[in-house]
Amino acid sequence: MKFMDEYRDEKLAQKLIAEIKRIVTRPWVLMEVCGGQTHSIVKYGIDRLLPKEIELVHGPGCPVCVTSLEMIDKAHAIARRPDVIFCSFGDMLRVPGSDADLLVLKSRGADVRVVYSPIDCLKIARANPDKKVVFFAIGFETTAPANAMSVWQAHKQGINNFSVLVSHVLVPPAISAILQSPGNRVQGFLGPGHVCTVVGYHEYEPLAKQFNVPIVVTGFEPLDLLEGTLMAVRQLEEGRAEVENQYPRVVQREGNRAAQELVNSVFEVSDRKWRGIGSIPQSGLTLRAEFSEYDAERIFDVQSINTQESGACISGLVLRGAKKPHDCPAFGKTCTPEHPLGATMVSAEGACAAYYAYGRHLHHPKPAEQDKASAS
Amino acid sequence: MNKPADITPAFGSCPLPITDHKEVVLPHGSGGKLSQQLIQKMILPSFKNELLQPLHDGAIFSIGNTRLAFSTDSFVVSPLFFPGGDIGDLAINGTVNDLAMCGAKPLYLSAAFIIEEGLPMDDLWRVIQSMRRAADRAGVALVTGDTKVVDRGKGDKLFINTSGIGLVHDGVNIQPTRATPGDKVIVSGHIAVHGIAIMSVREGLEFETEIASDTAPLNGLTEAILAVCPDIHVLRDPTRGGVTSALSEIAEAAHVGIRLEESRIPISEEVKGACEILGLDPLYVANEGKLIAIVPADSTEAVLAAMRAHPLGKDAAIIGEVVTDHPRFVTMKTRVGGTRVVDMLSGEQLPRIC
Repeated sequence: MKFMDEYRDEKLAQKLIAEIKRIVTRPWVLMEVCGGQTHSIVKYGIDRLLPKEIELVHGPGCPVCVTSLEMIDKAHAIARRPDVIFCSFGDMLRVPGSDADLLVLKSRGADVRVVYSPIDCLKIARANPDKKVVFFAIGFETTAPANAMSVWQAHKQGINNFSVLVSHVLVPPAISAILQSPGNRVQGFLGPGHVCTVVGYHEYEPLAKQFNVPIVVTGFEPLDLLEGTLMAVRQLEEGRAEVENQYPRVVQREGNRAAQELVNSVFEVSDRKWRGIGSIPQSGLTLRAEFSEYDAERIFDVQSINTQESGACISGLVLRGAKKPHDCPAFGKTCTPEHPLGATMVSAEGACAAYYAYGRHLHHPKPAEQDKASAS
Repeated sequence: MNKPADITPAFGSCPLPITDHKEVVLPHGSGGKLSQQLIQKMILPSFKNELLQPLHDGAIFSIGNTRLAFSTDSFVVSPLFFPGGDIGDLAINGTVNDLAMCGAKPLYLSAAFIIEEGLPMDDLWRVIQSMRRAADRAGVALVTGDTKVVDRGKGDKLFINTSGIGLVHDGVNIQPTRATPGDKVIVSGHIAVHGIAIMSVREGLEFETEIASDTAPLNGLTEAILAVCPDIHVLRDPTRGGVTSALSEIAEAAHVGIRLEESRIPISEEVKGACEILGLDPLYVANEGKLIAIVPADSTEAVLAAMRAHPLGKDAAIIGEVVTDHPRFVTMKTRVGGTRVVDMLSGEQLPRIC
């Protein structure tokens, strides 16, 4: 496929791997921030093609995984109501709350619908004037513009049976939190390409400087990830700590101004609780006061739900890159995608689920191709 | 942003696990692991017998000197009409194909209709005419049936069940357990077409060229294969759960490994594009007019040539082989040279957020 196959070319991949091997002189720990990057790395087996000096740890950039249990419980309380049509991105449906997941609620009679775009919810709201349509607005800066647009359009079109349950999170505060956490091992970042498409990467420059850490804004295809790794390793080897852009075909330093303006007009920055990490100051987005009539938390009076997360799994450590999925004794045994114990096993973008889906829980001899590839 | 972060101690992020579903949820019907769970936990223990045990596309048994194949399938597709077909031809082709995958010549079909009150008579007529044409094309007779009507809201317009009987060719022994190391894995054409055709209609996606379902009767193609290789080991039509589920079931049943090569799997540009947009992996998307053949190595070229000579197999390709390594698992050499396991999904593929 044009503009896609070019970035999955085996010969070019081998060239990049050879170059990484040529320049690396000592072990480095890199974190890819985005869940989509984690998914791609494990899907294509990229981490296993890299020289042993390079360790990739997986970051907190799966929006489904970091949505707090409390927020999931709020979503479920709303979705259970007979007067509600509850709309969500697909991979949120299997995330367990304290009691059930949205698929189970659906089987019990809740009207739960998967949408690809929050704008679709407005169509559903118009077609069901006797129902209250609620969209679960989660995600990083990437989904914020579309989610903001749904509120903006509802306001403009006078749709008053639509609201959003907002649990937006922001990447830079999470990177900052990871770098300040005790025992942090991360020495360089593959920055989130699609987040930066919206917000640009100037916000990352103070982070690189403050923590003396290279950040390479990176895409999602195999060659993007390999090139991003090469650029980060080169910086580390040369003792540089800069923000570089591997993904210029999509990302510009200033980002998408129109999208930013829309987001800023609908949302404002606020504290946010992250699953597995805890509360991070100024790390999320909430609706501005002038849009409070679209705030599902207020409309359905679920602010008082306050769920404490139990301590049975290590997804907090996985989300911060301190542990790998297979460091967990439950991984692939008592914790599987059918019976997830934690959020990182639920979404396809979660590190545990990606490891599981692509067979990292299995102990079988490596196929010959892989041995060949890693020996070359 | 530069305030020190308030981080709670390391552990602390788990909800109570959902250990067992108390209710049936949609993924139980997806053809993945939860479907398997239903079969293994409820169906097999209750009805245990040697014909059911192999969990093939149909049961194969003898009456006198005649070997018969018997299969059934239900159709609940929404929308009823989609590019390339409708619930009617799907219902005929589905059971015809299940019989063909047993190495049988499909003969007689039954059809049962569960109709929701209010279904336009014109729609029902269109479906029935489509079934008639599909039956003619496959060379089968619809010989018995049933109709039921349910209250409005108690069904989704129209559900159809078809069952069928076919005659198994002499000397043919097709079983998932016969997959043997050294065998080649052949797919009869571009994968993931049907699932994407349905998804495109549901999501209102428009592409430069319309993606039409591949629904088709495969008994002509299997006849062509059996003519050159009666000793074919396994045939399977990768419907629900796609190529992955079909191959995982075979690897499991035969206790062998299957190794695929991503770059050899035929996928059309349109379907690839749609999968990228929808966030789906084509290996898990349903097919309705494709088959997978597991073929003894020395017959590979003959089978491939016979398939390519048939209109429904012109894009057939060898996509992998059966191996002794990693028994019970399917692996794939990825496009960039890495390797990964291709595992059955637990439920439906859910579109990813970004």
